[in-house]
Amino acid sequence: MIVGAKPIAAPLSGAATPLLCVRDLTVSVRDRGTVRPLVSDLSFDLHAGETLAIAGESGSGKSITSLALMGLLPNNVAVTSGHADLEGIDLPALPEAQMRPLRGAKVAMIFQEPMTSLNPVHTIGAQLSEAILAHETISRRDARAKAIEALARVRIPEPERRLKQYPHELSGGMRQRVMIAMALAMRPALLIADEPTTALDVTVQREVLDLLRDLQQETGTAIILITHDMGVVAECADRVVVMKSGRMVESGKVLDVFARPAKSYTRDLLAAVPRLGAGAKRGAPQPPAAQVPVARLVNAKVHFDLGANFLGRPTHRVHAVEGVSFDIRPGEIFGLVGESGCGKSTIAKALAGLVRHDGHIEVSGQQLSSLTAQGRKQICRDIQMVFQDPMAALDPRMTVGEAVAEPLLIHGVGTAAERHARAAELFDRVGLTPHQMSRYPHEFSGGQRQRICVARALALKPKLIICDESVSALDVSVQARVLALLEELREEMGVSYLFISHDMAVVENIVDRLAVMYLGQIVEMGTRDQVFGDPRHPYTQRLLDAVPIPDPARKGRPHIRPAGAQPSPIRPLGDPPAQLALRDIGAGHLVAALS
Amino acid sequence: MAGYLFRRLVQSALILLGVSFITFLLLYVLPADPVRQIAGRSATAQTVENIREQLGLDQPMLVQYGRYLTGLVQGDMGRSYLQKTEVSSLIAARLPASLLLMAGGIACELLIGLTFGIVAAIYRGRPLDQGLMVTSFVAVSAPQFVVGLLLLYLFAVRLGWFPIGGYGTFAHLVLPALTLGIMGSGWYSRMMRSSMIDVLRQDYIRTARAKGLSRRRVLLRHALPNAILPIIAMIGIDIGIFMGGIVVVESVFGWPGIGQLAWQAIQRVDIPIIMGVTMVSAAAIVLGNLIADLVTPFIDPRIKLR
Repeated sequence: MIVGAKPIAAPLSGAATPLLCVRDLTVSVRDRGTVRPLVSDLSFDLHAGETLAIAGESGSGKSITSLALMGLLPNNVAVTSGHADLEGIDLPALPEAQMRPLRGAKVAMIFQEPMTSLNPVHTIGAQLSEAILAHETISRRDARAKAIEALARVRIPEPERRLKQYPHELSGGMRQRVMIAMALAMRPALLIADEPTTALDVTVQREVLDLLRDLQQETGTAIILITHDMGVVAECADRVVVMKSGRMVESGKVLDVFARPAKSYTRDLLAAVPRLGAGAKRGAPQPPAAQVPVARLVNAKVHFDLGANFLGRPTHRVHAVEGVSFDIRPGEIFGLVGESGCGKSTIAKALAGLVRHDGHIEVSGQQLSSLTAQGRKQICRDIQMVFQDPMAALDPRMTVGEAVAEPLLIHGVGTAAERHARAAELFDRVGLTPHQMSRYPHEFSGGQRQRICVARALALKPKLIICDESVSALDVSVQARVLALLEELREEMGVSYLFISHDMAVVENIVDRLAVMYLGQIVEMGTRDQVFGDPRHPYTQRLLDAVPIPDPARKGRPHIRPAGAQPSPIRPLGDPPAQLALRDIGAGHLVAALS
Repeated sequence: MAGYLFRRLVQSALILLGVSFITFLLLYVLPADPVRQIAGRSATAQTVENIREQLGLDQPMLVQYGRYLTGLVQGDMGRSYLQKTEVSSLIAARLPASLLLMAGGIACELLIGLTFGIVAAIYRGRPLDQGLMVTSFVAVSAPQFVVGLLLLYLFAVRLGWFPIGGYGTFAHLVLPALTLGIMGSGWYSRMMRSSMIDVLRQDYIRTARAKGLSRRRVLLRHALPNAILPIIAMIGIDIGIFMGGIVVVESVFGWPGIGQLAWQAIQRVDIPIIMGVTMVSAAAIVLGNLIADLVTPFIDPRIKLR
């Protein structure tokens, strides 16, 4: 394999026989006597050293395809026709006894959830050497040496020490590196990466994607990259297969498909992808100043105590939110961005009165900590929340109509008939029909469920809706529609939003002003144009830089590599972090001074 | 760790104090009069009063309790009313037999319960699974004296494989231990099955399979240690249930343990023995739970005792 020719690998290796040849692959599920296809007539080729992306939204059959190649399909799912030949061996046709030795040796796989994909009760070293010993008869000592080598290859610092550590002692990004090290330990010909970075923070995603690309150049492994993220496709893949509902919609070189999508589905999919910079086209909103803010935080702090000494007293403190101040104005969409653990969700909880806070938090001019139970209940009507996972946020035993009417019931609003009428009106407003009210949450799709949650949040006519990663779990096309709905509701009802997200592109497309958080503190705050157009703080710059751009023409741009280990918000008791001072660099654009 | 142990031991002492008080109170308000039992039917009122005074049973309840407690912390559990011996030596003589029986019972219930649970989880939804679960349901529902008598009749009387009763050899242990363990094995097989099914669905099991490990290794090395975690906490609680069980089993099989001692003492209202056995059982339960909690971090590295 010629390493330097990677971006145009397909034509060069086109003459050679492909490494993997999938033809008319059909995978079906047996369910109470009926056989229903999950993947139909899928065909593609993959050459050595090449990266093929299988892209699609949820339910497109992309994960089932990968499990079929690994021979890891669930019991009631099977390959019913077609074949997938890896170096001439039809993988799905192999009996388990012959497939097992190939797994991990010839075909390896990494999964979406690094947090749960490693066994919590075994050390990293044990799990790595085991992967090697399953295929090679070598001594434990040699396996250990190979394990260290594998960890070093994925650039994990201090590999020898890691061997003795357990998965919970490593961060998500580190765990995903361990998974990659494990998958590549036997130098497989084919690596299947199923949404390998979806669960990771954007800067960590950047590191992992760069690592995969570098390793591919070193080892010549062919990669099947399963993803829903067109940005990742554009940056990492040579060719792409777009799937929808188990069928291939389109396939081709990434450059061609992005430049000239042949099918309308691909065009819609690409159009729905939120892009950084797209928001700038919108007219700059004029924040209505000089009004009472819907919510105001002044030097708000949230701490959690940890650990216990001999007498059971805490020894450490998590500085989840450390001196945060901002206002949310009426009718404004205020964004809060940052990576996991930066304290953005904790601020939402403090605002909703779900965690204790220090400092000053004010809602509609009333200070939260001074309220009685009655006053607090009253304030709840003004603040409503929409969470990330709509399935978990709806009671499965309650009809969706009851769920939407429940806030009215709790606050004793209206008669039963009036509540029903209001719920019907809300269903109508969020794009559902009132006759769906008697159904249960599982009968709806993810996007519809999130609409139901929005309807529920609207029931009490709140002044502020907190959207905590509310669109993060949705497919891009659905995401775009829910975002449009939120905007319409703002126009119509003048409701404000606190929009919390890790997705910079989504934030840029919807917010008026935003704050960037890091380790419990705000590092930069301003209008959308100020922060996205002229990011000043290095952390903001790094966040923006790490976002994959759905444009294959811009592939290979250099990235800012992060320096050193992540600092932690957990500190010994009595040692609070230094408070960052925010400086106004003009027109309300606040930037933290560099320490 | 030292801090954790210290706090747990203080907690345990408080629990034992509570148990001693409640048991003492219950025995005090009991309508049966221990003095009548000692003096016999023909005793005069004067004799009865003398004995009552002699044993200190004429004192207010709190004074009696205070005396008992003072003795207890010095290791003095008092003297049996009827056998005229130290309660501590009576219990010490019988405790090893009961501990042996309990160990046998736990071994049986774990061996049967875990095996059934694991096999049922692997063959989930198939006839073997259903058969095992019906069996475990029967095991849970059957009263111990019925199980004991059935086993006794079948394996001792009819087949003559094991002795009918008594104590001494391994053969003597088998049937009583089995009787004691069968009910628990039903619980464990159900718990182990659901725990195992839950673990087999986890992402790390898929990872283990994707590495190319054999089915056996995936099950034994990756699934089992995770599935067994909730079971360990159960074993600690189980010792309490066993304390009730050994009273029945020791009677059925004539096993010379503290269960029999307690049974006889209850019939004769021999308060010092009842108190003594209760305190020893409570201490065993508290200790069992403590050990279960101390063992868990060795299997699950995420758990830290603080």
